[in-house]
Amino acid sequence: MMDKALIPEGVKRCPLPVFGIWLLVLLAFIGWGVYAGVAVLIQALHLTGLNDYFGFGLYITADLAIIALGAGAFFSGFLYYGLSRLFPALKELHKIINLAVIVGFVCYTGALAVLLLEVGQPLRAWFGYWHANVHSMLTEVIFCITCYAIVLVIEYVPIILSNRKLEAIRSARVFGHTLHDLMAIFALTGTFLSFFHQGSLGGVAGVLFARPFAYRTGFFIWPWTFFLFILSAIASGPAFTALVCRSMEAVTRKKLVDRSVYELIAKIVGTLLSIYIVLKIVDTVYWALFQSPQFGFNLGDYYRAPYGMWLLFVEIIVCGVLPTAALLYPRTRQSNIVMFLSFLLACVGVTINRFVMTIQAIAAPVMPFDKWEVYVPTVYEWAPIIAMIAYCALILSLSYRYLPLFPREKELNPTS
Amino acid sequence: MSEQGHKQGAVRFGMVIDLDKCTGCMACSVACQAENNISFREDESNKLRSISWMEVFYLDNDQDYANYQYTYLPRPCMHCDAPHHAPCTFVCPVNATTRDEENGIVGHIYPRCIGCRYCIVACPYHARDFNWWDPAWPEPMEAMLNPEVSPRMRGVVEKCTFCHHRLLKARAKAFLEEQDLYEVTYMPACGEACPTKAISFGNLNDAESQVAKLAKDPRAFRLLSKLNTEPKVYYLSKHEWVRKQGDKHFQNSNGNKRG
Ligand code: SF4
Ligand code: SF4
Repeated sequence: MMDKALIPEGVKRCPLPVFGIWLLVLLAFIGWGVYAGVAVLIQALHLTGLNDYFGFGLYITADLAIIALGAGAFFSGFLYYGLSRLFPALKELHKIINLAVIVGFVCYTGALAVLLLEVGQPLRAWFGYWHANVHSMLTEVIFCITCYAIVLVIEYVPIILSNRKLEAIRSARVFGHTLHDLMAIFALTGTFLSFFHQGSLGGVAGVLFARPFAYRTGFFIWPWTFFLFILSAIASGPAFTALVCRSMEAVTRKKLVDRSVYELIAKIVGTLLSIYIVLKIVDTVYWALFQSPQFGFNLGDYYRAPYGMWLLFVEIIVCGVLPTAALLYPRTRQSNIVMFLSFLLACVGVTINRFVMTIQAIAAPVMPFDKWEVYVPTVYEWAPIIAMIAYCALILSLSYRYLPLFPREKELNPTS
Repeated sequence: MSEQGHKQGAVRFGMVIDLDKCTGCMACSVACQAENNISFREDESNKLRSISWMEVFYLDNDQDYANYQYTYLPRPCMHCDAPHHAPCTFVCPVNATTRDEENGIVGHIYPRCIGCRYCIVACPYHARDFNWWDPAWPEPMEAMLNPEVSPRMRGVVEKCTFCHHRLLKARAKAFLEEQDLYEVTYMPACGEACPTKAISFGNLNDAESQVAKLAKDPRAFRLLSKLNTEPKVYYLSKHEWVRKQGDKHFQNSNGNKRG
């Protein structure tokens, strides 16, 4: 292999040509998305399926979902660097923490790139810092996403510097190790920022006091959706990291982490999901039976095909209650199929939630003589989203090939 | 501080639209389009992307023939007076849309708007439109644009301003004539164009003004007032079904709410 010198010592990687073909496939998708994105920037947003009824669409939904799924980074960091001193069992997360950081990094940077397409005047995007409206949840989002993306870069750098070739350079090694020693500080800063960031994304919908579907009362300046978004993100984020790890194991046909890591994540996800789903049900009941009637709405006003009541059922029961139950019971958790299916359902559930709070929230008409409209995204919206996923896969593939991501890989896969 | 929760000047511009007089001729809409340099496209069939500051809605009572009734409802921006913020001004991340607490007009700073469309999502009245294309006017219309109103660039949001430029003009005149600037009233283009005089406009805080009196008329109602948006546009209708529908508690003959 031509790139042998770059590959971590003692582990096996696929031949370079095979890896090259895989990269080309990913690059083709990225190229397609970049082409579509540039077209949107040059020719404007009329290329999308957005309109004056659906001011937000696929870009925002995908961003909200990918950022929630990337929450595994900050939350695993918080558990490992922050809480493992009190709960030594959490030390097990050490085996997957590098992957969690990279998943977070790709999710956040990918989301940032798509966000730039979303604004009608991208060259003015910096006005968000300059003319900031402190009352706007979007301002909180802009500041938190920027700061946290910087923290993620700082967290990713020492992992990159642990590459064999780079380690050989003294200054790079010292810099990498120094950063590594400071990691607990960055991880906890990141946790703080990301809690706010996830929350403010929930706040974006919850503060819309003239949109009864989205509006929620709350605590101090934050609507309940602020807290629900944090909870759903920290519940599904680690599940997503575990799924990514499992997919890498399937592709590489290797064992990358001990099953005990998955077992621990299953317990964490199950516990958090149970808290989340109980609060979500309470929130939904209050919203449906008490809050909405005050505004002249009943539950039936909010749902109409294709945005039917099934969304509520799938989100709360199929992707909430079922995986919670499966992950909390040790017997069901023991089955790999059930465990990973539950992880998948949790991730689908959070994605549906973000869809509902973005698109369904504005599909339901507020004026009584208004018509229901349906939003259909165009290829100019799908392509950048698919490219974003390909970009995530690309960075993960490169990181896996050239960086020692999994501390137990060598022992778990002895090369004879 | 007023009971609205924000500092208020003595003036609160508002509008009253008498639906019993409105014939649905859309002169208001056309006048608004011309006055405010609203761009349009050759094919305007996609109404979800056409810009219309004064949109005329069609309401009916959902009854069968003989009992069937309908009305037109012109909808400008409501210049919501909700405490602290209008739904849209509350959410704008860059303060590109703000309410002037001196007169209650919700304005829009086009060169500052980043086009995130959060305000569009926040407004329950669909009063805001996005510029999906570069604005263009067919020859020779570009030479006929109103020099008092700046055209908007693509990628920003726009909406009814209560013809704010007319207020500025009226105040400039009052200033030259050494009159009290806060006594000045004016008429937006829609009200001027309405052939049946269905649209009144003025200072809602002036108890003697026509709008203040009409706003207290037993026929008066506001759109979706249950949402606490505090619209400064009032409607008049002698039909109870119109008033009820406007505030979202309309029941049809089956007892179902219309959506
Ligand atoms: S009607 Fe809509 S655009 Fe006008 S002030 Fe109210 S929320 Fe804002
Ligand atoms: S579209 Fe413009 S005015 Fe509306 S919220 Fe965004 S920046 Fe503010």
